[in-house]
Amino acid sequence: MELRSNIPAGPIDKKWDKHRFDIKLVNPANKRKYSVIVVGSGLAGASASATMAELGYNVKCFCYQDSPRRAHSIAAQGGINAAKNYQNDGDSIHRLFYDTIKGGDFRSREENVYRLAQVSVDIIDQCAAQGVPFAREYGGLLANRSFGGAQVSRTFYARGQTGQQLLLGAYQALERQIGLGTVAMHERHEMLELVVIDGRARGIVVRDMVTGKIESHVADAVILATGGYGNVFYLATYAKGCNATAIWRAYKKGAAFANPCFTQIHPTCIPVTGDHQSKLTLMSESLRNDGRIWVPLAKGDRRAPDQIPEAERDYYLERKYPSYGNLAPRDIASRSAKMVCDEGRGVGETGLGVYLDFADAIKRLGEDAIRERYGNLFEMYERITDENPYKVPMRIYPASHYTMGGLWVDYNLMSTIPGLHVAGEANFSDHGANRLGASALMQGLADGYFILPYTIGNFLAQNKIDKIDTSHPAVKEAEQAVADRIKTFLAIKGKRTVDSFHRQLGQIMWEYCGMARNDAGLRKALQLIPALREEFWSNVVVLGENESFNQSLEKAGRVADFLELGELMCLDALERKESCGGHFREESQTSEGEALRDDANYAYVAAWEYAGEKKTPILNKEPLTFENVALAQRSYK
Amino acid sequence: MSGHGKAMKLTLHVWRQKNAATKGAFVTYDAPDISPDMSFLEMLDVVNERLILQGEDPISFDHDCREGICGTCGVVVNGQAHGPRGATTACQLHMRSFKDGDVLTIEPWRATAFPVIKDLAVNRKSLDRIIAAGGFISVPTGSAVDGNAVLVPKVKADLAMDAAACIGCGACVAACPNGSAMLFTAAKVSHLGLLPQGQPERSRRVLAMVATMDAEGFGTCTNHGECEAVCPKQIDLGFIARLNRDYLVASLTTRGQEKSSGGSG
Amino acid sequence: MSTALTFVRSSIGRKILMAVSGVVLFGFVVGHLIGNLLVYRGPAALNAYAAGLRNLGPLLWLARLGLLAAVAVHIWAAVSLTRTSRKARPEGYRSPQYREATYASLTMRWGGLLIFLFIVYHLMHFTFGNMHPAFSEDVYRNVITGFQVVPVSLFYILAMVALGFHLYHGLWSMLQTVGLNHPRYNRARKTFAVLFSLFIVIGNISIPLAVLTGLVR
Ligand SMILES: Cc1cc2nc3c(=O)[nH]c(=O)nc-3n(C[C@H](O)[C@H](O)[C@H](O)COP(=O)(O)OP(=O)(O)OC[C@H]3O[C@@H](n4cnc5c(N)ncnc54)[C@H](O)[C@@H]3O)c2cc1C
Ligand code: HEM
Ligand code: HEM
Ligand code: SF4
Ligand code: F3S
Ligand code: FES
Repeated sequence: MELRSNIPAGPIDKKWDKHRFDIKLVNPANKRKYSVIVVGSGLAGASASATMAELGYNVKCFCYQDSPRRAHSIAAQGGINAAKNYQNDGDSIHRLFYDTIKGGDFRSREENVYRLAQVSVDIIDQCAAQGVPFAREYGGLLANRSFGGAQVSRTFYARGQTGQQLLLGAYQALERQIGLGTVAMHERHEMLELVVIDGRARGIVVRDMVTGKIESHVADAVILATGGYGNVFYLATYAKGCNATAIWRAYKKGAAFANPCFTQIHPTCIPVTGDHQSKLTLMSESLRNDGRIWVPLAKGDRRAPDQIPEAERDYYLERKYPSYGNLAPRDIASRSAKMVCDEGRGVGETGLGVYLDFADAIKRLGEDAIRERYGNLFEMYERITDENPYKVPMRIYPASHYTMGGLWVDYNLMSTIPGLHVAGEANFSDHGANRLGASALMQGLADGYFILPYTIGNFLAQNKIDKIDTSHPAVKEAEQAVADRIKTFLAIKGKRTVDSFHRQLGQIMWEYCGMARNDAGLRKALQLIPALREEFWSNVVVLGENESFNQSLEKAGRVADFLELGELMCLDALERKESCGGHFREESQTSEGEALRDDANYAYVAAWEYAGEKKTPILNKEPLTFENVALAQRSYK
Repeated sequence: MSGHGKAMKLTLHVWRQKNAATKGAFVTYDAPDISPDMSFLEMLDVVNERLILQGEDPISFDHDCREGICGTCGVVVNGQAHGPRGATTACQLHMRSFKDGDVLTIEPWRATAFPVIKDLAVNRKSLDRIIAAGGFISVPTGSAVDGNAVLVPKVKADLAMDAAACIGCGACVAACPNGSAMLFTAAKVSHLGLLPQGQPERSRRVLAMVATMDAEGFGTCTNHGECEAVCPKQIDLGFIARLNRDYLVASLTTRGQEKSSGGSG
Repeated sequence: MSTALTFVRSSIGRKILMAVSGVVLFGFVVGHLIGNLLVYRGPAALNAYAAGLRNLGPLLWLARLGLLAAVAVHIWAAVSLTRTSRKARPEGYRSPQYREATYASLTMRWGGLLIFLFIVYHLMHFTFGNMHPAFSEDVYRNVITGFQVVPVSLFYILAMVALGFHLYHGLWSMLQTVGLNHPRYNRARKTFAVLFSLFIVIGNISIPLAVLTGLVR
């Protein structure tokens, strides 16, 4: 497989401009003759659907929720970055570009990231005009905060609900088009297969989740904006329905899967309470601005936190990273928490937790100041744990939160299947091996509002696309495959529930492909996962029938795909023998236990190609070159 | 410190309904071994896991984010939308709000505009259609002025944000004795109507959204205030007054041709 | 559809008509009570007032017409809104538990009906006299002899309590319905509703009570 990134020539700051000029345009009168399928209604999908409909294309949009407004983008709390430099603190497009490349530990493509920084400024304008109620200063100007350890204040926010407000903005634009009849919205429709005809992506097969009807839709181009696959860990900050099915089906139809092992584990989530746990809740990272993280110095110290004197506490982040302290990047903070817990110094009933203590901040600033800053979050914490964080230190533990990996795309956001474009968290494009806070929202909206609408036009104008309909044999074949798979699930009638398999897969992934990975562990996981998959296909129980609302059946399809994806993640992690960003290989660390990159051997994107059932997938490499930033070892000491 | 309360035994009366076309009924289930740390939905998960292993159809209920923001979940517990706690969603309601031996009646949102899909899951597309009628600002991508070109006083922005916090869960409709969607509609009308960006379409928006709200079969507001009481985002009843006022002003000042149906333009 | 028609058919439009007609009715009840209280100043005062009213001639008829129209609009709106809401919630919950809704808010329709029945009876009692044991031209006498019948007085008292509830919720609701709302005055709205309904209820009830206890004879 050839990986053509199609990066335009010229200096990095002129590439996108030049490309937009070189791009072929579709005659306005012809636009309505083209149809585009968008799977996903999160920030990326909703913004792309609305914008392309505004341009005149016929758009069909799909989501598995009952309304496009409920895509998981809704849950993002912290904010969205943009290089506006409204604060006059030295920010610029180049600085945002640089920070993102460095934050991603030099495993992303310079050109894409630069473009992301360029369009970031337009996103804020667009959203403000849509009525997104961003935080404001008294004079009416947009407010900013510094987020995730950035040295400039470039994060725009709407209370602790930035993702919700941005998504509602895009959703409103989408609903406007739905009202105008230019977008046909298909809620509660899950994509279960991609239709590829003559090497081009031409449609999808979906299941109507209410009636069970298997339907096909064809179009001239297909966009997948289906979000991340972090639910492979079972316990995650993702919504329960988030899945890899759409991108996994595309992978199996020929789209390369890039860097599957690059996942982000967020350090500040509420710890697990028991086996019943169904998901983990993120506590905004901003808490680390005032909270101090610590564990007891002694192993197995079971005393209540207020019984442990200062001298017997280990503020390990402050100790190890004096200059960044509690604000060390996510991957480092998460890994450090895992290390102290592995040493047996974790707190709480399960020993899987560390304290995030506000006692000093409360002493310094007063309880009211803390309430003013974090009141919402404290309340949410208390609601879930029944502990009062003003009195007792919070307990936090890392959890799966974001997947940097995803389908490989070129500069035009097109995958290795012509016509199949991928946007938002579902692609691999901009975050390298670690994503910075407040930059996923930026990327999703950049892709949907400002990039795809151009590049799709280019694709449609350049290619002659035959008209087909859903009676095409390839469509029927895909439908049949979907129907057969469903029949198989229902026929197994085994003894274990879908959730129990998912939970077990999650444990394997967390243990061997989580915050720290090593050769032996990954090899073990590569044994365990296929065995579990085999058991799944012979012993799972899915009750009921296809022709009705059947939530077990929905889950079964998703878990079946996770059981395959998990294996690819482990394979990728095994192959990448360096540590970088969120991917920490224990074999590759500095004497101080920090991640050690190996640029000589691993400065590439690993793009995995499906080779067929029971065959090892093929690793293709897209080399990464850095001309505008100097490769450097990250240091947060 | 709690977090390790004793297991509870509960009795559930759950509304089971195969689909919109068939009649539903209550079915009683035992729920032994419920930890107070579980969320309400995790409690249902546990019951469902057992049902599946016994070969019985698990209880269908809508949910997704499980952190109180997507607005997908929602059931009526003992006659209260999203349960007894207040200012919370069902997914953020924890079992410690109940005690050992409690009997819980669990029902779906009941409203003509929310037909039952199965058991506790209902169809809320009517809410989306209210938005499609006019709950937006018409600003095609690329046509926006600089973010700081339009100043928004902080108090206005904050109030708009209070309204915009609505998660579209529909609990207001479920709780309203009249099945009215006024709080939901008021929240969106107020969010956009408070901002300078929302002014040009303000009249048309409110007329179109109310027309759709009525056409969808929601009831009328007689100011019971139940909606505000169960709203997980505590959307203020004052927004309903604001909606009424906006509607009255728009009706008095808008001429026929100006208000051509929502969506357009 | 013309704007006016759209308004009248819309839920909010009907609500506003309800509120406006409610205001008219409320205004009448206040005025009527003040007039009725003249009973405490003796037969001459009340009868003079009644005569004064009748001497208004066409103006009186105009006022009556206005009142009738308000009642008609109010009842039409009440019935039509109630039907819309019944259709919106055909099936209730097994055991609803209300947090904010009050007895007053939940009984508006029944309370209204009771008031309506009361008015019909009341007109036959004091205005047309066909349900009065000893009807005469002397309004003051009519009141005294009318209320000396204990069940009649009790019915009046019951109706006034219903009216009190209706007004308590109605007054507050009316402000909300026409959009008179401001966080600074919202508490004042409820206080206003309580004080005025108490005034109406106590004022009106005092009359049959005074007759029954012989304070006024
Ligand atoms: C708790 C939390 C907090 C976060 N906070 C921040 C933050 O502060 N700042 C930041 O920048 N980023 C944050 N992120 C990350 C960011 O929110 C996401 O990466 C981003 O919103 C993803 O957007 P998306 O459009 O790609 O996907 P999503 O919003 O996940 O949307 C996916 C869409 O695809 C649909 N879909 C999926 N599979 C199928 C299928 N098979 N068939 C049909 N439809 C399908 C879904 O219905 C949905 O509409 C946070 C993430 C989480 C979980
Ligand atoms: C004839 C029988 C009557 C019926 C069936 C009736 C019914 C109703 C109903 C259903 C409401 C709506 C409740 C609400 O919106 O909260 C209402 C409101 C009201 N009623 Fe009546 N009512 C009647 C008579 C009266 C009378 C006689 C008065 C005055 C003395 C009155 C005063 C009001 C007021 C002020 C409101 C508030 C309007 C609003 O909420 O917008 N009603 N009535
Ligand atoms: C205990 C309290 C009340 C007393 C003592 C009372 C007394 C009277 C009397 C004596 C009349 C006849 C006046 C005349 O013929 O000149 C009258 C008329 C009337 N009353 Fe009352 N009333 C009372 C309460 C009410 C209430 C609560 C209402 C309405 C809700 C009401 C509505 C009317 C109406 C509509 C008329 C007819 C007015 C007309 O002639 O146009 N009354 N009342
Ligand atoms: S107003 Fe409140 S209860 Fe109603 S939909 Fe919005 S969040 Fe839910
Ligand atoms: S409960 Fe219903 S009656 Fe009005 S105030 Fe709320 S919509
Ligand atoms: S599941 Fe999202 S709000 Fe409850």
